[in-house]
Amino acid sequence: MNWTAIIIAGALMGGLAIVFGIVLGIADKKFTVQEDGRISLVYECLGGANCGACGYAGCSALAQAIVEGKAAPNACPASGAEKVARISEIMGVSAQAKEPMIARLACMGDCESVALRYNYDGLPDCRIASGLSGGPKMCTYACIGMGDCVKACKFGAIYLSEKGLPIFIPEKCTGCGACAQQCPRGAIKLAPKLSTVMVACRNDDIAKESRANCKHGCIACKKCERVCPVGAISINGKHSQIDFAKCIKCGECAKSCPSSCIEVFDA
Amino acid sequence: MNDFTKLLILLVTSILSNNFIFSRFLGCCPFLGVSNRVETAAGMGMAVTFVMGLASLFTYLVNTFILVPLKLEYLQTIAFILVIASLVQFVEMFLKKSSPTLYKSLGIYLPLITTNCAVLGVTLLNIEESYNLLFSVFNGVFGALGFTLAIVLMAGVRERLEFSNVPKAMKGFSSSLVIAGLMSIAFLGFSGLGG
Repeated sequence: MNWTAIIIAGALMGGLAIVFGIVLGIADKKFTVQEDGRISLVYECLGGANCGACGYAGCSALAQAIVEGKAAPNACPASGAEKVARISEIMGVSAQAKEPMIARLACMGDCESVALRYNYDGLPDCRIASGLSGGPKMCTYACIGMGDCVKACKFGAIYLSEKGLPIFIPEKCTGCGACAQQCPRGAIKLAPKLSTVMVACRNDDIAKESRANCKHGCIACKKCERVCPVGAISINGKHSQIDFAKCIKCGECAKSCPSSCIEVFDA
Repeated sequence: MNDFTKLLILLVTSILSNNFIFSRFLGCCPFLGVSNRVETAAGMGMAVTFVMGLASLFTYLVNTFILVPLKLEYLQTIAFILVIASLVQFVEMFLKKSSPTLYKSLGIYLPLITTNCAVLGVTLLNIEESYNLLFSVFNGVFGALGFTLAIVLMAGVRERLEFSNVPKAMKGFSSSLVIAGLMSIAFLGFSGLGG
């Protein structure tokens, strides 16, 4: 074996690497750019999931925007009141946390309430199933229940119940809305976290069809609209909708609903 | 033939008949990955041109003054990778300091060039063709211009394709690959040009 050749080759590569390393090291020192120290501090207060709900490319992009003053300290929907307060402290401005939002399912069409169109036997994926002649459930607005939202959630806040509908864990949900974007039916809505009354149905079928499809289908009977003391409910299209800003959470509508599709969530 | 004529021929051949992407199949990763928009494609092309020119220069120097005298030509590949990687790092640091706008517009593409095989390809080809220093650098720059042409053309086609009605199975990557193949065949028409 020719040891000298090996040693020369090794020494050459090592030498080259060391020379380049030193040059790069000097260049790094010379060309170093002072980054604002607050960026990393703000970054630590953000959600950290790069969910993109704030409209920036990721948490670090938002942190930079906050430090540069382009974004408000409460721009991150996933960071709670405490963290927003810390960001404001770092930035030296006052800000209030946004009203915390949470994802809710606007559908009660579980396997017991909704009629089936066919038995789906393919890949468990909502997008595929919903594209297959209107989906496995008779109601074309219903939650497919194959857990695309569960996969989309970066905070592990969603799981599927045994009845085949997603359950949102309020403690973990940050209201980033990633699940709502993923849902092919648009059945997930963001609602205020502190006690919500919401219509858990959004079908625009005519009343007869919607009743035939699902036990909990809204038939736009307007009962809720009449009983609401503050006029927060309106029939939009062929289903009723509650204006969260006006709602006083009295729950009268839920009691009056003949298909019991209005849900009352406690804080 | 004087040097100027040779350079002109080199320009034509490296852009059209010996195009890095369409006839040598080097640098296909950024060709497919960064060709979504004409703007970013052009940016990537500029960055590659810059790095390929510099890499040709430095690898030529390393080869002639270090590897050849020591009879260690077999270390070319690994030594050139080292040179290119450090060079890209250096350029990145330099740009970050001196021209933040350019640095921002090149973005992630700059570090990605480290792994662009067209850069390594051109440096090895320079040695294989035994070009001198001048020709090495120009070969690098011209080759990169060919790369820029290819990637910008591709981006133009893909931008149009975004808004056309394509069968679902052919959307996105699959149609891009077919287009790449068709463009490669089209460029085959230039083969033989410039000798």
